[in-house]
Amino acid sequence: MFEGWDAVVLARAQFAFTMSFHIVFPAFSIGLASYLAVLEGLWLWTGREVFINLFNYWLKIFAIAFGMGVVSGIVMSYQFGTNWSEFSDKTGPVIGPLMAYEVLTAFFLEAGFLGVMLFGLERVGHKLHFLATLMVATGTLISAFWILSANSWMQTPAGYAINADGQFVAADWLKVIFNPSFPYRLVHMVLAAYLTTALVVGAVGAFHLLRDQHLAGPRVMFSMAMWMATLVAPIQILAGDQHGLNTLEHQPAKVMAMEGHYQSHPDGAPLVLFGLPDQAAAKVRYAIEIPKLSSLILKHSLDAPLAGLDTVPRENWPPVPITFWSFRIMVGLGFLIMGLGLLSLWARWRGTLYELRPLHLFAMAMGPAGFIAVLAGWITTETGRQPFTVYGLLRTVESASPLAAPAVASSLIGFVIVYFAVFSAGVIYILRLMAVPPHHGELGPRGDIPARAAGITPAAAVITEGSAG
Amino acid sequence: MNGIFDIATLWAFIIAFAVFVYVVMDGFDLGIGLLFPLFPGKTDRDVIMNSVAPVWDGNETWLVLGGGGMMAAFPLAYAVLMPALYTPMIAMLIGLIFRGVAFEFRWRTLSKRNRWDVAFAGGSLLATLAQGIALGAILQGVHVEGRHYAGGWWDWLTPFSILTGVALVVGYGLLGATWLVLKTEGTLRDKAYRLSWLLLFAMLVAIGAVSIATPFLHVGYAHRWFTWPNLILTAPVPIAVAGVTALLLRSLANKQDRQPFFLALALFALSYAGLGISMWPYIVPQSITIWQAASPENSQIFMLFGVAVLVPLILGYTGWAYWVFRGKVRPESGYH
Repeated sequence: MFEGWDAVVLARAQFAFTMSFHIVFPAFSIGLASYLAVLEGLWLWTGREVFINLFNYWLKIFAIAFGMGVVSGIVMSYQFGTNWSEFSDKTGPVIGPLMAYEVLTAFFLEAGFLGVMLFGLERVGHKLHFLATLMVATGTLISAFWILSANSWMQTPAGYAINADGQFVAADWLKVIFNPSFPYRLVHMVLAAYLTTALVVGAVGAFHLLRDQHLAGPRVMFSMAMWMATLVAPIQILAGDQHGLNTLEHQPAKVMAMEGHYQSHPDGAPLVLFGLPDQAAAKVRYAIEIPKLSSLILKHSLDAPLAGLDTVPRENWPPVPITFWSFRIMVGLGFLIMGLGLLSLWARWRGTLYELRPLHLFAMAMGPAGFIAVLAGWITTETGRQPFTVYGLLRTVESASPLAAPAVASSLIGFVIVYFAVFSAGVIYILRLMAVPPHHGELGPRGDIPARAAGITPAAAVITEGSAG
Repeated sequence: MNGIFDIATLWAFIIAFAVFVYVVMDGFDLGIGLLFPLFPGKTDRDVIMNSVAPVWDGNETWLVLGGGGMMAAFPLAYAVLMPALYTPMIAMLIGLIFRGVAFEFRWRTLSKRNRWDVAFAGGSLLATLAQGIALGAILQGVHVEGRHYAGGWWDWLTPFSILTGVALVVGYGLLGATWLVLKTEGTLRDKAYRLSWLLLFAMLVAIGAVSIATPFLHVGYAHRWFTWPNLILTAPVPIAVAGVTALLLRSLANKQDRQPFFLALALFALSYAGLGISMWPYIVPQSITIWQAASPENSQIFMLFGVAVLVPLILGYTGWAYWVFRGKVRPESGYH
């Protein structure tokens, strides 16, 4: 079995699969950790009980999501060695230290303070507990900093030299870390994480408002989430546009694939709205185009010439159909999110934010939109970097481990079975928690479990703190 | 290559330290997973789980530091060993997934027979066996050609690697049992004492078996341990093992609270030192030395700043977290 399969293709499938599962959790927990810090800060500042109820409500969900992020993340950190050993040997001196710094500055910080954040409110007091929450939130952002720096270096390598063993080595660490695409990718991803979380929080709020418009918790969370969508979605679209221009400068072939430009357009390139890219024939079939718009977006001039993939050697083409479509899904969802934000702003102005049922239905439908947009965005940028792991310098086929196909196929099957079994259970548990609205005297993790009525967070203590604080 | 104490040597000690801290910290928390099936009562299980719930994530982060640090400081070793240990590594990762999610999932399931308890125990066993097997596979050496692993994906499977796998299960079990002595009370603690006795004897058998088998793997190991003047360095190791064992037996007989756990850790430290003596200066035994595998100096120096500043800080706040959750765990009211 599997003898005829290509081990590299299987290794790529495995990376795509495990990465796609993993990215969902950090995208959610980066945003949720910050949201929890805001909720706890508002509780300490205003003393309003609704904020500690919301804090404990989302803390239980955070505990489950964070755990899934940790275990799927450990898989990623070892997969570089198991499936991509040639890549590890060649890029280890450059990328390895960035990941080591991620562990030292972020993972330990999150893990070290997580226990106190989850279970320690009445053991350490309000101020120290708030500090722990802030440390966990900061940790998630520092983690994004380093891993996006490492990923961006693979997209736009800078500050490196190549030694006698064929390894990349750092010539200038500042140039390695702050490589050309890094600032754009960092802003784009952190905003994406915040929007993703806001959409989930908004959907849960909307779900409960549909049944009862007067619930305090859902009203507060829905309002906060809609402010986020209103304010951040337009900024995100702007950030995405700037990221695209940066990609055009440093990875033109990726933009050609995103745009579906197989041919060069010397007198202004059309924006291909939809179509079926045909990689073999090197053209987009059934294309619906707006003349000159692509040149206007990318070059800010209607008649600016834009090169196509016909200027790139064929063996360096990224797979256009995937890149083209995932990009459109991401952009389409981005505009829908902005639409939700604008609709909520209108409802807020009319004073019907908590009554307008179509808005609540729309917000519920958009609950998973952030996750899909994040996945589509990552598929765009990673597929668009192909056929390289380090853009222009190290090919994907030269990066894989010297393993037989059956080994990679077996581990792939193992991960698929385990991930679906484990993570679907986790998602069910999260949805089950979301199905109940936050209530008066909401308790944190363990505190809410009947069998352990006075768990690590004694019920009485939190209720008194909640109403007194 | 450039004298005894260069940066590569320093990094070998840093990685060894990270792996040791991992073994110490995740050892007891995998260990309680191994012992889980022996405590069928729900209340006992809740207490056992809560004794590590606030710290398990931090414990496991040392594994990520060990792996990530190795990729950064010794990329060639990471690139050769990971494919060589492919099957045990994948098994370990899958085991860690099952046990890691169980910490939260087991409180959320509605079913009476908690399948996440099974996942916790099974995942802990799989991960521990895989780590022990990986250790044995490294000690017995792997087939290297040029800068690549050149063996198959079942090369790791030998009687020796199975022996080290079982030995680690016994060892983590001892750490888990003595941890429970430290963190629990009443009948649960009494049972943990009985298990500690049993597992201590099993651990001595395991240490003996691995120590006897190792010199037969490669002439280099025998030479390292049994020739003069190396004996000055190596002979104290088994003597210290005997001494620590005597202290551990006494602390168990006197029903002491804290000593058994820390003496069990000392036993681990000595076994670990023994491994270090066998392997030095190879990172892939008998084929790649730490100097051959080392990153360029500027990578190692760049990370050294981070390690020097951050590791003491990490140990500080990790210690604080343990201190916050110090004391016995009780079923009715959590920590006290």
